[in-house]
Amino acid sequence: MQQTRSVEVGTGLFVLLGMGALFFLTTQTTGGDDFTAEETFTVEARFENIGSLRNRAPVAMSGVTIGRVTDVQFDPITLEAVVSFVIDSQFDQIPDDSDASVLTSGILGSQYIGLQAGGSDTYLEDGSEILFTQSAIVLENLIGKFLVNAGSDNDE
Amino acid sequence: MADLSENLIEIRGLKYSRGPRAIFDDLDLTIKRGEITAIMGPSGTGKTTLLRLITRQLIPELGTIRIDGVDISRLNMAELYQMRQRFGMLFQNGALLTDLSVFENVAFPLREHTKLTNRLIRHVVLTKLHAVGLRGAADMSPAELSGGMARRVALARAMVMDPDILIYDEPFVGLDPISMGVIVRLVRRMNDALGITSIIVSHDVEEISTVADRSFLLSHGKVAASGSPDELRDAPSELVRQFMHGMADGPVAFHFDAPGYEEQLLGRDSE
Amino acid sequence: MSKILREFYDTGVEFARTFGAFQLFFMRLLRHSPRILVSRLDLVIKQVFNSGSLSLVIIMVSGLFVGGVLGLQGYSNLARFNAEDAVGVFAAFGLVKELGPVITALLFAGRAGTSLASEIGLMKATDQLSAMEMMAVNPVPRVLVPRFLGGVIAMPFLAAIFSMIGLLGTHLVAVELLSVDVGAFWQQMQITVDIDDINEGIFKSFVFGVAASLIAVWEGYNAIPTAEGVGRATTRTVVITAIAVLVFDFMITALMI
Repeated sequence: MQQTRSVEVGTGLFVLLGMGALFFLTTQTTGGDDFTAEETFTVEARFENIGSLRNRAPVAMSGVTIGRVTDVQFDPITLEAVVSFVIDSQFDQIPDDSDASVLTSGILGSQYIGLQAGGSDTYLEDGSEILFTQSAIVLENLIGKFLVNAGSDNDE
Repeated sequence: MADLSENLIEIRGLKYSRGPRAIFDDLDLTIKRGEITAIMGPSGTGKTTLLRLITRQLIPELGTIRIDGVDISRLNMAELYQMRQRFGMLFQNGALLTDLSVFENVAFPLREHTKLTNRLIRHVVLTKLHAVGLRGAADMSPAELSGGMARRVALARAMVMDPDILIYDEPFVGLDPISMGVIVRLVRRMNDALGITSIIVSHDVEEISTVADRSFLLSHGKVAASGSPDELRDAPSELVRQFMHGMADGPVAFHFDAPGYEEQLLGRDSE
Repeated sequence: MSKILREFYDTGVEFARTFGAFQLFFMRLLRHSPRILVSRLDLVIKQVFNSGSLSLVIIMVSGLFVGGVLGLQGYSNLARFNAEDAVGVFAAFGLVKELGPVITALLFAGRAGTSLASEIGLMKATDQLSAMEMMAVNPVPRVLVPRFLGGVIAMPFLAAIFSMIGLLGTHLVAVELLSVDVGAFWQQMQITVDIDDINEGIFKSFVFGVAASLIAVWEGYNAIPTAEGVGRATTRTVVITAIAVLVFDFMITALMI
């Protein structure tokens, strides 16, 4: 029976190590789980261009993650992108004239929504829409503009 | 209620072939209750195949095999497994499960088929191991056993479910004289003490003569001769005489079928 | 000419037959699996030990070196674009999505698959499976299913351990040896790697686990019961598993992108 015992111990250690490795991979190599609010409210915003903003992208204010994108739709009438995102309910004093922009973390990093506080006395609540938005800066467009400018400079 | 006639196993008109070669053709054979029956024959006559047919590890093409009057080819899986619990089988080299100890090998059928407590299993297993003289080897692994010991453990395992029928496949092959004597004695004792019917497949004429009540000699898919060992020894058939006395040439030719010797040595080689 | 066609036809039929038998065999294992998992967990645990715990050393050593190589290659190639910090991202994607599951499956085939195939083949060659049949014990649930399940359970854990140790290997090379900033190394990784990437890796290793265990058990069970036949079965196990894993890897990757 001694043998059975060591087999069980060996298997137990192996499974623990395996689970530890899975835990390590899900927590240490991904940043997906830094937003874990239980109660949230949903806000909408319309953008002309969202670049490569994805579902589950973070929503940050002053660099702190306060929410996450839940849905990205295309409005066929206004031809705009409609982005829905949830915000942690404890942040219920965000002015409703705050503006939202699609930003990039680092030069080649993933994109997120940054909120910039406005000055209104009324606050964002469930179902609000953010009216002031700024589209993503698309690198190709920037480079294109730069090249055009450089080209016209040379012409002179 | 099982019909307790004298005949335990009745084989009638059995046909079985492997590939194009018929191994059995219209074979009739009866095994009587309580006896030790030997099945003998030159190598390649399908003795082991016959055992596998009797236990339905193989299925015959034609003919019937009845055990206590029940046609075994009609059994479904559950009934077959139930029928097999009446059998104990000793394979040529014991076929002990290599990843279990000697004790666990003997306990294996009990653990799989019964809900006995560990205490009771221990009791039964040690009793059976004692009967084959290997109680002291209970904690060894099968790899540590000699050929004779492995076969004795396998015999203990075959006995553990108290079968009605014990089948031995070549139990004497490759054993030293002492181990052989031990096995012969065990076979006799198990049969008489427990009222078991035994079937032995072998070509060891000497050992069989000392232990068997009745022998069948198979040849060319049929029973060539049958009777007690003494009757066989004095049989008039040339084939029986060749086999029983171990003569090199006779009806079973020394030479395998070949083209003429001279022709092949002196004749033109095929290009 | 017709002889060649005839041979092609026969090979085709034989292939289809084998493939069909393989499917049925898989179904048979699956049908017995839930019951064995509940009532004979002891047997499954023993096989997780054989396939998993006993493969740990080779998995961890290989993981460490593969991770180290990723660190060296990633660093020297990314340095050309002044993006050394991204070596963590490079290694994490490589390990979690591809190298972890694939190399683990190949090592598993060599370490655990061969031992499964030869063990079962030998049990067959020494009449152990027939002996079980004669003791009214069906060898499929008693012998094959626990070994199959043991491999299926062990593989995702092995792959995760491989990836984790691999990342530590990359960390050692990149951060300790080549002095990449440790913060940048892990943070870039965390920003870029998504939970879906991890899930893809786990899914792959699960599929590979099923394939590798199934092939090993099948080859062992269908081995010709002689010493030569068992040897052939172990070789075939490695070859067929390697091909199956790489083909499945391509198909899953194509589906996921």
